[in-house]
Amino acid sequence: MALQDAARPGGSERASWFYDPKVRGIVFQLVLLAVLALCLWWIVDNTIENLRRSNISTGFAFLRGRSGFDISDRLIDYSSDSTYGRALVVGMLNTVLVAASGIVTATILGFLIGVLRLSNNWLLRKLATVYVEIFRNIPPLLVIFFLYVGVLSLLPLPRDSYVLPFGSYLNSRGFYFPRFVWGDGSWLVAAGLGLGVVFSYFVARWARARQMATGQQFPVFRTSVLLILGLPLLGLAAAGFPLTIDFPQAGTFNMTGGFNVKPEFMSLYLALSIYTAAFIAEIVRAGIQGVPRGQTEAYSALGLRPRQGMRLVVIPQAMRIIIPPLTSQYLNLTKNSSLAVAIGFPDLYAIGGTILNQTGQAIEIVVIFGVIYLSISLLTSLFMNWFNAKMALRER
Amino acid sequence: MQEHDISWVRTEMALAQSAPRSEVGPAAWLRQNLFSTPVNAALTVLALLFVAWLLPQVLNWALFSAVWTGADRTACLNAEQGGPLPSGWSGACWAFVGAKFGQFMVGRYPVDERWRIYLTAVLFVVLLAPLLIPRAPFKRLNAILFFAVFPFVAFWLLLGGFLGLSYVETPLWGGLLVTLVISYVGIVTSLPLGVLLALGRRSKMPAVKLLSVVFIETVRGVPLVVVLFMASFMLPLFVPPGMSFDKLLRALIGVALFSSAYMAEVIRGGLQAIPKGQYEGADSLGLGYWQKMGLIVMPQALKLVIPGIVNTFIGMFKDTSLVLIISMFDLLGIVKQNLADSNWATPQTAKSGLIFAAVVFWIFCFGMSRYSQYMERRLDTGYRR
Repeated sequence: MALQDAARPGGSERASWFYDPKVRGIVFQLVLLAVLALCLWWIVDNTIENLRRSNISTGFAFLRGRSGFDISDRLIDYSSDSTYGRALVVGMLNTVLVAASGIVTATILGFLIGVLRLSNNWLLRKLATVYVEIFRNIPPLLVIFFLYVGVLSLLPLPRDSYVLPFGSYLNSRGFYFPRFVWGDGSWLVAAGLGLGVVFSYFVARWARARQMATGQQFPVFRTSVLLILGLPLLGLAAAGFPLTIDFPQAGTFNMTGGFNVKPEFMSLYLALSIYTAAFIAEIVRAGIQGVPRGQTEAYSALGLRPRQGMRLVVIPQAMRIIIPPLTSQYLNLTKNSSLAVAIGFPDLYAIGGTILNQTGQAIEIVVIFGVIYLSISLLTSLFMNWFNAKMALRER
Repeated sequence: MQEHDISWVRTEMALAQSAPRSEVGPAAWLRQNLFSTPVNAALTVLALLFVAWLLPQVLNWALFSAVWTGADRTACLNAEQGGPLPSGWSGACWAFVGAKFGQFMVGRYPVDERWRIYLTAVLFVVLLAPLLIPRAPFKRLNAILFFAVFPFVAFWLLLGGFLGLSYVETPLWGGLLVTLVISYVGIVTSLPLGVLLALGRRSKMPAVKLLSVVFIETVRGVPLVVVLFMASFMLPLFVPPGMSFDKLLRALIGVALFSSAYMAEVIRGGLQAIPKGQYEGADSLGLGYWQKMGLIVMPQALKLVIPGIVNTFIGMFKDTSLVLIISMFDLLGIVKQNLADSNWATPQTAKSGLIFAAVVFWIFCFGMSRYSQYMERRLDTGYRR
């Protein structure tokens, strides 16, 4: 201290190091880290002791063990002889399936209801408001239960199931609809679809460039529809229609054939879509209302019709407001899909719980949960951030 | 010679004309709001048909055909199912809700001790109501009583075991009691924890910042059921052998950690919206860090994010229903458990019980959201033209 003072003649008295914010910050962080390390050491010590007492070995070797339980809903081959690791993969795929289909449905329903909430039709506006206010204010788990025990399990038995159009049936075992059975040469159809998408992309790009250069428009939408539907059909015809349809048949006790969507999946998927749609509707409404009124007046002044103006002027600007909160709703839906365990749908969480009961590997299971859910969340937010950056205002 | 003067001044006001028939009155309202275009008219008719199809069914099921009293399941069965009601009958079985009402509210809490819950509930309402009414006096005292004194009194009253009250173990608790206890604890602990985490995330100290970010992002990245799962399976591993945790306490720890992470993000949003000048102003006044935050920044930031905070509260209130998954019986859990009671097993029981639970949840959540809108309008001091 004295040396420093001597080095700066006439300088004011330096404050004591005790009051230096930098020193205080470093000391505080050191103390914090030390306390944390102590806690961690205590926890690890106790955990090792507890695990030793209950004879549980640590590590992920258990994943190669035989699972011994069966899973009813699965996307890949699995039997009770498969490993725990494969069971977890089945669960993860189920989680992704519910989340992805729920996100698509919730988005469509949510946008529809959000637009209805702004409709100039009083009755539709009020109906949309009632929907939003009901479903925003009750727990998602309750909606899942209600659909599962209150609606879907009260459907009639397979022998008197409801007959729906296109040869599909609805009964207490779920929803049955015809399944396409692809024969030899079906790759032509897939190739047609792929080519259709690729061509449509290039047509859209070319049409855009031409419109920029010459001002002439090209019917991109109609061409794309024609390409995407026409090319697979052409492929189908070229391969000689290798397609048979497997219709579900009503048996005495159960349905045979067709594709079956089980009530567990249906109630989870419908409940998550209905619940999340209420939140998305509010986000959409706020987004559209967030576009200044001057924009509406401006497109009218340019001579655009309301529908064109909505599509070309209002919606692109509203999307900028909508996308960030929409992302968090998607993440919420994905996380809420873990409620599947309450109705016995084998998602990641339910299967992890079963494995925990069999093996007692609590820490490993929690680590697996953490890693998988965090990576799903991270992937979703990365995609939405990319989409957001694409839609964001480009300031020059 | 008379001069023609074309100027003319009206000496009396023209009589006010009534607005055109097409602009006012019910008919005009109908035309403007329901039948403005052909498409609109068609949509209106469709919506009307939908309402006319749905509403009578709902009212009939919930009110007119409902069974209000009864001793057991036979009261809610129709002739085909072997009951007294006419065949084809379908209606709500409120008798089930009536018979189980006590359980739905407090679980298996001993009947002789239930006065303790009622006393706690009365205290809760008496302390909360004046806190919510802006004009009520003694706000500071009231807040201290509600947030600092009430938890201890409620702990003593509900759990007991000392000062003359018998011990009621938490596995006996259930129903709305558990829902409210978990949400109250979640709300009271998540706000201060959330403030600390939000400040930590914006701190200039790298270690503090890193720890806050890791905690917040990890907890927000996984579902609440995983956090509850951790709390219920891993907490017992973390403590020395022989020491055991109460199940309710584990759920409370899980919910508090989970909601504080969400609260931190909401409050961080508010902190980011405070202009830099406010921080610099506080610095130039010579305020220390905690004074600066407590007196200048936080009051403005919290005011900005009231809607977000209340949304988090509502989310937390709804999320308490997930403790069902670690086999605790909150309101939804106990309704679900009672659906398995064979004395009341009818096709209508599940719907009636779940709709009752939905209505209770709805009243609480809707009340909270309306109150937050009211507060938002009241605190909206300026900025609005």
